[in-house]
Amino acid sequence: MLDADFFRRWMTATAASVAREAERLTALDSPIGDADHGSNLQRGFTAVAAVLDKEETETPGAVLVLAGRQLISTVGGASGPLYGTLLRRTGKALGDAAEVSEEQLTEALRTGVDAVMQLGGAAPGDKTMIDALVPAVAALPEGFAAAAAAAEQGAEATTPLQARKGRASYLGERSIGHQDPGATSSALLIAALAEAGGK
Amino acid sequence: MKMLINVAETVVADALRGMAAAHPELTVDVENRVIVRRDAPVAGKVALVSGGGSGHEPLHGGFVGPGMLSAACPGEVFTSPVPDQMLRAAAAVNSGAGVLFVVKNYTGDVLNFDMAAELAEDEGIQIAKVLVNDDVAVTDSLYTAGRRGTGATLFVEKIAGAAADEGQPLERVQAVAAQVNENSRSFGVALSACTTPAKGSPTFDLPAGELELGIGIHGEPGRERRSMMTSGEIADFAVHAILEDMTPRNPVLVLVNGMGATPLLELYGFNAEVQRVLTQRGVAVARTLVGNYVTSLDMAGASVTLCQINEDLLRLWDAPVRTAGLRWGM
Repeated sequence: MLDADFFRRWMTATAASVAREAERLTALDSPIGDADHGSNLQRGFTAVAAVLDKEETETPGAVLVLAGRQLISTVGGASGPLYGTLLRRTGKALGDAAEVSEEQLTEALRTGVDAVMQLGGAAPGDKTMIDALVPAVAALPEGFAAAAAAAEQGAEATTPLQARKGRASYLGERSIGHQDPGATSSALLIAALAEAGGK
Repeated sequence: MKMLINVAETVVADALRGMAAAHPELTVDVENRVIVRRDAPVAGKVALVSGGGSGHEPLHGGFVGPGMLSAACPGEVFTSPVPDQMLRAAAAVNSGAGVLFVVKNYTGDVLNFDMAAELAEDEGIQIAKVLVNDDVAVTDSLYTAGRRGTGATLFVEKIAGAAADEGQPLERVQAVAAQVNENSRSFGVALSACTTPAKGSPTFDLPAGELELGIGIHGEPGRERRSMMTSGEIADFAVHAILEDMTPRNPVLVLVNGMGATPLLELYGFNAEVQRVLTQRGVAVARTLVGNYVTSLDMAGASVTLCQINEDLLRLWDAPVRTAGLRWGM
């Protein structure tokens, strides 16, 4: 069973990994976006780590809802509402249970990913974060490590795609040949889940 | 790359402190990043709130004041503001007559303003929205996030701001804003990429001797790249791109807008070419504005925006305005 501590570790691990990879995310965002994905997410997850440190969160759901709210309040751009919605809706789906099973987490994440698809209007293949998240959720029943690997593969598989959503979509065919920064950061989020599970 | 900054992290806050010092007629909340006209809320009048990433100055903070915006929320450089800022702005300027959100069609701006509208309505503030999407360089919205909001934002904010100043009700102000947007089209070109403070190097690689056609305002590349053209050739290309998409029935407002690093000498010369093309195409011009209004940091280049107007919209355009970035008649 996964308790609130596990979810705090997940968020802290995400913050550390986003900080480590911020320059890479920004570099990926440079040719097809506006070169700020790394710095924006780093600002948001640093704030998430800080607020989780300060405010008490006793349930898995509360951890994710607080983290999501914090992202919406600090990131801006499209990433703020999209990542914020992902965590907030996943957290709400977990309810106020003190501990949740991996199956419940999988189900809740699916709800969160659906909410992101609805908010952003993106579907798999549009070259967005969805291309990492959908395969990750599908692989979750096989474990966190499998989900992380699926997310990573999903992110890499965005390279040959033409973007249909977000700022990269304005480039049309010129968006082909670049890995999507949003899918890449989503892969980091899922990798951090595996990291939290490994402790 | 040399920049007149301290560190990238404080660029927006530093600019807001300087803006506050230069414009005592504005209330600038540096910490929460909200710029409000000092006399807000204006009793009985609809308020206009806009916002978007920083780096487009004078848009939007420079358009706060009588006759235009009631408040503006600047985000990080090229990053939309967050809902908290928009909610704070709406609460500060709402007189009870409602608030119009002027939103440029970029995914981040749209999502954050949508969330802010929900929060504001929860607090009993009546919100209406107008989405600005004037950029003809984005052709197929099925495969994109839809047309970007660029130069027409200035026309929408000025004309709807005048309608609000006249005391028109929220639905009417929203309708005027939507009408201006529907009748506006823009096209932009870049002669150089811009450099964001956070990245410190040009956002895309544009070799000497080439230009980008069909750019937006965030340092993203455009729809195609060509060998450098003359001002006259660029004007032909831009105006034709717009007129392929719109056949103006009325005289038009013309905005020849600099992207940040193109001197007025070049912009006025470019405007001469734009006016030549319009004359050749039989398009009558009612008013022309030339300058840096919707910029993209230090990007060299320009955009053209046309808005077909009628007598009512022209009267609202000519109405007095007093802001840091646009000022006439008062």
